[in-house]
Amino acid sequence: MAETKPVVLVIEDEPQMRRFLHAALDSHDYRPVEATTAKEGVAQATGRNPDVILLDLGLPDGDGIDLTRRIREWSATPIIVISARGKEQDKIAALDAGADDYLTKPFDVGELMARLRVALRHAARGDSPQEPVFEVGELRVDQMRRQVFVGDKEVHLTPTEYKLLTLMIRHAGKVLTHRQLLKEVWGPNAVEHAHYVRVYMTQLRRKLEADATRPKYLLTEPGVGYRLRPE
Amino acid sequence: MTEPRRPDPDALLARVTEEEAKARRGRLKIFFGASPGVGKTYAMLEEARAKRREGVDVAVGVVETHGRSETAALLEGLDVLPRRAIDYRGVTLKEFDLDGALRRHPSLILVDELAHTNAPGSRHARRFQDVEELLNAGIHVYTTLNVQHLESLKDVVAQITGIQVRETVPDSILEQADELEVADLSAEDLLKRLKEGKVYVPEEAARAIDRFFRKGNLIALRELALRRAAERVDAQMRGYMREHGVREIWPAAERVLVCIGPNPAGARLVRAGKRMATSLKCDWTVLYAEVPGQRISASDREALLQNLQLAEELGAETTTLSGLNAAEEMLAYARAHNVTKIVVGKPTHSRWRDKLFGSTLDELIRGSGEIDVYVISGEVGDPQRSAVPHPGRRSPVSEYLRAALVIAGCAAISFPLFSVLSVTDVAMIFLLGVVFVASRYGRGPSVLASVLSIISFDFFFVPPRFTFAVSDVRYILTFGVMLAAALVASHLTLRIRAQAQTARDRERRTGAVYAMSRELAAARTAADLIAIATRHLADTFGAEMHILMPDSTGRLESGGLDEKERSVAQWVFDHGQRAGAGTDTLPSASSLYVPLRASTGVIGVLDVRASDPTRFEDPTLLQLLETFAGQAALALERAQLAERAQEEEVKVEAERLRTSLLSSLSHDMRTPLGAITGAASSLLEEQSALKEPARRELLQSILDEANRMNRLIGNLLDMIRVESGALQVQKDWEPLEEPVGVALIRLGDRLKQHPVRVELPPDLPLVPMDGVLIEQVFVNLLENAAKYTPPSTPIDISAEQTNGVVRVDVLDRGPGIPPGEERNIFEKFYRAANEGPATGIGLGLTICRGIVTAHGGRIWAENRAGGGAAFHFTLPLSGAEPPAVPAEPAAE
Repeated sequence: MAETKPVVLVIEDEPQMRRFLHAALDSHDYRPVEATTAKEGVAQATGRNPDVILLDLGLPDGDGIDLTRRIREWSATPIIVISARGKEQDKIAALDAGADDYLTKPFDVGELMARLRVALRHAARGDSPQEPVFEVGELRVDQMRRQVFVGDKEVHLTPTEYKLLTLMIRHAGKVLTHRQLLKEVWGPNAVEHAHYVRVYMTQLRRKLEADATRPKYLLTEPGVGYRLRPE
Repeated sequence: MTEPRRPDPDALLARVTEEEAKARRGRLKIFFGASPGVGKTYAMLEEARAKRREGVDVAVGVVETHGRSETAALLEGLDVLPRRAIDYRGVTLKEFDLDGALRRHPSLILVDELAHTNAPGSRHARRFQDVEELLNAGIHVYTTLNVQHLESLKDVVAQITGIQVRETVPDSILEQADELEVADLSAEDLLKRLKEGKVYVPEEAARAIDRFFRKGNLIALRELALRRAAERVDAQMRGYMREHGVREIWPAAERVLVCIGPNPAGARLVRAGKRMATSLKCDWTVLYAEVPGQRISASDREALLQNLQLAEELGAETTTLSGLNAAEEMLAYARAHNVTKIVVGKPTHSRWRDKLFGSTLDELIRGSGEIDVYVISGEVGDPQRSAVPHPGRRSPVSEYLRAALVIAGCAAISFPLFSVLSVTDVAMIFLLGVVFVASRYGRGPSVLASVLSIISFDFFFVPPRFTFAVSDVRYILTFGVMLAAALVASHLTLRIRAQAQTARDRERRTGAVYAMSRELAAARTAADLIAIATRHLADTFGAEMHILMPDSTGRLESGGLDEKERSVAQWVFDHGQRAGAGTDTLPSASSLYVPLRASTGVIGVLDVRASDPTRFEDPTLLQLLETFAGQAALALERAQLAERAQEEEVKVEAERLRTSLLSSLSHDMRTPLGAITGAASSLLEEQSALKEPARRELLQSILDEANRMNRLIGNLLDMIRVESGALQVQKDWEPLEEPVGVALIRLGDRLKQHPVRVELPPDLPLVPMDGVLIEQVFVNLLENAAKYTPPSTPIDISAEQTNGVVRVDVLDRGPGIPPGEERNIFEKFYRAANEGPATGIGLGLTICRGIVTAHGGRIWAENRAGGGAAFHFTLPLSGAEPPAVPAEPAAE
């Protein structure tokens, strides 16, 4: 059977926004399914078994974060939340509640498609072991040999730096909140010490990036966390 | 041709008001005479009869015939009102029936003996008050008055006749009278009438009759009466001249100064001053020169206050000076105020005292120069009475002990040396000791020292030694010299000390006023001023002070006062006169209320809650209080005016902002919307006609304009957050690289024409900040730099840690900031003068300032050496060490 178009559930109350998303998804070989309320969204999520869910956090009838949590109880479908700038706390809460990524309104089609691709890739890979060698731009990480190269030059990382980097590689393209990073690298007791991540991220950038203030690989998501450029 | 002389409008207006009041009021005619028996009552009755014949409704309220038939005959045919019987201590007194007269309401009523004192139980204490009420009721009154009953002439009369007149009437009654008729009789005729028994003499005056009805007296009284009447005519004349615009010829400006002392005799001087001022038609001042340290008995002080009050009632200005030398103070005042005549009292003390201590009067006369000095019987304000002021302290016991020790020391020094010294030398040593004591301690210790030195000198050194016997009489002289030296030295010391004390007091007062004015000058708001003024007042006067200000309707704030106290304060505010405790007005109030008078009138009330309000009856203290109140009032007025001006300015500014905001918004929102609408409609309607590149261009412009609007709205939202205080700073320790990096990425293409160099020192610590907000600061600053600088000029970002802050610099090489605008550019909706349209609404820098300020930092701009603008902002490190990061093994 030929590959079917991935189903994207759009939970969004704004008709203009729905129209734009519908057109964009349709023209990029996705099959949009629409819901206008949180309640309808839950119903569609169960009934249509979507591949990705696009969820607007500003729904009139419900708390998008709560909706995320409820969907996560029984489904691992990637959820991408949509929110306005200045609502970083909402984004973090949604991500910590199990959302996979976010988009800040207004966004363009390119951004939307990039997020969808990443989400689908991660969902498709599931628990299967990842590629032993990760490459993006000049950066090459050989996880078998635990070697990191920028161009031809090998870079020496501390164990924590390396651990942080591999974690980012595992979730390449996805945003990781400070909390998620802290929990994975320093353990559950360190989740409040956001500056650990910041310090190590700065160190990593100085070692890996050509210009630490204009990072190409390790991107900052302001107020939320970090993202590794996937491609 | 000269302009015809016009009457002064103010004076005319006063005149009109006066006349209007008079039209409603009854007219008062006074039959004025020099003494009883001159025919005042007779003249009054004659005239009343004439009026009656004219058809006027005449009634006789009260006329004393004293059993004389010729007077009684005149009463016939007139309507005599019944008198009211009042029982007083078993005696039935027949008094004028005021209520009966008011009920009867004749057109004209005769009321004899204006100066009469009513029997207790009458409505008014004095008959002239009854007359006042009749006049107010619109009834015309005829009355009689003798010259000796005029308040201001009381003393002169007493001087002439030797009789103290008790029943006096205020001079104002005479001045208010519409008509004055002098009943005149020569002294000889009067004496003749007296002999014939035609003059009624009150029983109580019978004893003084011989003294009173002497020819000399009668002539003097007659002159007084005629002169007083002439003065009144003169006043009428001047009134007429004023009314008719006749140029007044004022006498050369005279000014009378009356110097009174703390004794009851001052009243005579005050009255004399009043007479002199009236006849000279000039202003007059009553002065009391206080000598610090002078002891004044309570009753004298009371008399002084009464006399000052009397002076004010008689129309004088009063003032109190303070100084060691009363004569000098008086003269200095006189010269400063162009006084031409000084009135002082005759001294009553012995001449010896003047010889010893000098005389104020003498000094006054010698120093008066061109000023005339009038010496009038009655004690001069003679502070010499205690020319050696007593500083208000007693020598403590320790000073006596020290005095004794000094003398013991003298004895101890002299004893071993006695073999080589003569007795006279020893006396000198003791004298030195005595003078030393006198110069350091009070009078008591010096007397003790001299007595002790005499004793020890006598006992130890004067032969025969070790006895109190004295072999040689001349030693007695030595003792005397010792005692005298001690007294003179201590006297001089005390005097110097008193002078120093006066100087200190004055200094302290001046200093206190100065200190307050200086602080007041620095204060900005009315609230600050009130706080400062009340604090200084409370400190200086040792009383609780409050300043009560009116609201917009002129009602005083209550300031925690109950309604009764507040109404007293309100009265003070409305009338501009002090009242309350320690004054004559509403003295039952618990506080003293002093009006705060400024140039525009009374602006508030000072509430003085002294534990002892009578303290402020002291004129010096009261004057000082008024000085303070005046200073505070002026400062408060200044602040009020400034606040009002500022409010106006804020209003104007707000209006300007509103207009500016509206025009900015309508421009900035509509421009991108216009572009979007235009492009989108072209795409829709001319789909087929459009070529591919044109389509792209239109779509691109839609996208660009939408992004622009997004930024604009973001700015507006940020602005609202900053303005409304809803800006929440969530500080976290972050490296500065992150917000800089994010800002550079966010700006992306908008910076493509400007190379941005970032130089952050690698050892820069983590900074407590809200990364999202600081990123916005960088975005706005960089956007600003990109907007105002020519393409390809570089932008530099650097930072450094100094003095507990991290300072960030964003520098460009553009045209720089217009000089003087370095601060204004941070204001809302600021645009550079040469700025073209469509460049934003001028909120970026204001938002930056809001964010940086919310972080506890500072943002400022300046022009950069070598051209361009430099923006700096600081972020405090909060003094805390950046949090530790767990250590780990070295790199693998």
